[in-house]
Amino acid sequence: MFSALDLALEAGQLLRVMGANGVGKTSLLRILCGLRAPSQGAVLWSGSPIAKVREDFHQNLLYVGHLSGLKDDFSAIENLAGSSAIDGTDVDLANILQALDMLGVEHCSRIPVRHLSQGQKRRVTLARLLLAAERPLWILDEPFNALDVRAVALVEGLLTAHAAAGGTVVFTTHLEPSIDPIELTHLDLDRFATTVQ
Amino acid sequence: MRAFGAVLLRDLRLSMRRKGDVLNTLAFFIMVTSMFPLGVGADSQLLRTIAPGILWVAALLAAMLSFPRLFDSDFADGTLEQIALSGESLSILVLAKVTAHWITSGLTLALLAPLMGIQFGLEGNLLAVLCASLLLGSPVLSLIGAVAASLTLGVRGAGVLSALIVLPLFVPVLIFGAGAVTAADSGLGGDSHLLLLGAMLLVSVPLAPLATAAALRIALEHA
Repeated sequence: MFSALDLALEAGQLLRVMGANGVGKTSLLRILCGLRAPSQGAVLWSGSPIAKVREDFHQNLLYVGHLSGLKDDFSAIENLAGSSAIDGTDVDLANILQALDMLGVEHCSRIPVRHLSQGQKRRVTLARLLLAAERPLWILDEPFNALDVRAVALVEGLLTAHAAAGGTVVFTTHLEPSIDPIELTHLDLDRFATTVQ
Repeated sequence: MRAFGAVLLRDLRLSMRRKGDVLNTLAFFIMVTSMFPLGVGADSQLLRTIAPGILWVAALLAAMLSFPRLFDSDFADGTLEQIALSGESLSILVLAKVTAHWITSGLTLALLAPLMGIQFGLEGNLLAVLCASLLLGSPVLSLIGAVAASLTLGVRGAGVLSALIVLPLFVPVLIFGAGAVTAADSGLGGDSHLLLLGAMLLVSVPLAPLATAAALRIALEHA
């Protein structure tokens, strides 16, 4: 899909991966977080291949993909408590309620998420950003999908705040983000695309 | 270890929400084992002879019905990605998932089996051996089933394919499981069979999760 891509991520960097549909944005993100192995090349975390420092790397990583990671039968609170425990993040009910409140879905935090709208589910998923704020590296695949304008602005605020606090964010979006261009770096995958035979 | 507990609790709580899945497995087991006495007739000696095999095969098929739900929904909703990205080793978390699955399938079947055994005229001692053989053998079924479920994850026609993979592997468990009851009935005692089942369990507890984790990583690569 793409080749000759050399990318170094620094603390405080906010990177938007761009490119046409099918150019490999999602694949790149999945390679970066270790869900997929690159056919050639390597991904390094603090200088070591991620497979070698997998545990340490994953404790520093928050990945939010296309899929919600939510269980339809669980409420928002149960979902977030469960996923935080699996991630190994310490949270209590107050943290979760606060995060849901920030994202404007506290009022529906106790009903099974199957009854929520797409946008509300997305907000619940993105509440993980607040619960795992101390993880330096965020990799987000289309975080703004299904969100309304106000929620997009809110999440953009979270991303810039995370970068300002010394975190690193890699994300894709097909929306034109209203983030200050000075803070945002772009990676245009179209320039690295290889033609598929 | 905390993540192990988290996955285990989460899966158990999830099956409490979806009671239908668990009850289907049990209902299938009850129906199949009740059909045989009706079909074979009231020849008590014959029923007693075929009981261990039938109860074991029915338990095995009932367990097999439940394997697809082991990873399917986690794969579809993205939970599996999250589990794979947890700081904990994936095979440990697989073991947690298999344990939760066993509690809701194998364990309940093992506890229900003596009750069904009464229909076949098995009495006290044999019912105990039957229960013990299922308690030792059903975790092996769950562990092997997890390998097959992970290998066929996201594949079309996964149900039949995973049945074709697991059934041959279930043969040794079936032979020694049903054999334990038959041996106890003939007065030889089922201890040696039970010990062999225990040995199979000890081998599969560390190995099957490793194989399952490797297969899950492959499935996630192609997701």
